[in-house]
Amino acid sequence: MKGLIGQKMGMTQVWDNAGKIYPVTVLEVGPCVITQIKTLETDGYNSVQLSFKDKKPSRVNKPAMGHFNKAGAPAKYITKEFREMSPLDKKMGENFDASLFKPGEMVNVTGTSKGKGNAGVMKAHNFKGGSSSHGKSDQLRKGGSIGASSDPSRVFPGTKMAKRLGGTKSTVRNLTIVSVDAEKNIIMVKGAVAGPRNGFIYVTKS
Amino acid sequence: MDRAHAEAADQLKTNIPDFKPGDTVALNVRVIEGEKERIQRYEGNVISRKGKGVNASFTVRKISNGIGVERIFPLHSPVLDEIIVVRRGKVRRAKLYYLRKLRGKKARIKEFRRD
Repeated sequence: MKGLIGQKMGMTQVWDNAGKIYPVTVLEVGPCVITQIKTLETDGYNSVQLSFKDKKPSRVNKPAMGHFNKAGAPAKYITKEFREMSPLDKKMGENFDASLFKPGEMVNVTGTSKGKGNAGVMKAHNFKGGSSSHGKSDQLRKGGSIGASSDPSRVFPGTKMAKRLGGTKSTVRNLTIVSVDAEKNIIMVKGAVAGPRNGFIYVTKS
Repeated sequence: MDRAHAEAADQLKTNIPDFKPGDTVALNVRVIEGEKERIQRYEGNVISRKGKGVNASFTVRKISNGIGVERIFPLHSPVLDEIIVVRRGKVRRAKLYYLRKLRGKKARIKEFRRD
């Protein structure tokens, strides 16, 4: 397991040598500073805790600032623990950058999907909606029946209905890394990643 | 420019000639057949230009054996070896989709002359 915290910059396209176009997502990953290293002896499991993106020290509360000070790290926005990640001889306060990943590697990218608000059944569950002809004018986007009548006299749990959609954690697995720019801490992955531009994302490889 | 597109900007070509809808262009298109690569020429009228930056593309229409053929090329595609402007056209539209309905003499485009 290895991982980095980053931000989605947006999408663009790249060509391969044969002239084929691939849609890619540009991600800014790192520098991620190590704020804690957990070991089997002291914590019962191995992990590395990383922090990303500078934050004004005046906006950080005292307990969090104490944690950063202990690691010798500046104040950061986001902190995330990656279990079973190797610190690779790095110490607390040192940085991981985009060179942790190589082009051609397959990674998983976790983000928070865009919130859609309270969505109807057509948008949320891909229902077909009603007919626009045959005298139906008031049920174009309705889901229809949600079950039988007096038997069972109830609606079964899990029945698909309108709900709040999006704004949840979403992982896209096995995205191929197209390019890595260690200097600018930018990687490009083939395909789409959940979330808006500038949304925080985790790039992991198991 | 969008920050993400800026990262792909190194793919942009710098040797693209200035051409517009209505112009006749000849394209040297790289075709890969098995192991070999050769250049195929494609000549026709530019009937539309779309997009900007890496997303830019254009449509070239020609009549091949009496059948209208249109190909859409990404402007910065590595498949395009060269773009040669053969003739400047004088048109009053940005998109010349009306040419699709016309045949023969009516489908001609006036040449642009600067007198």
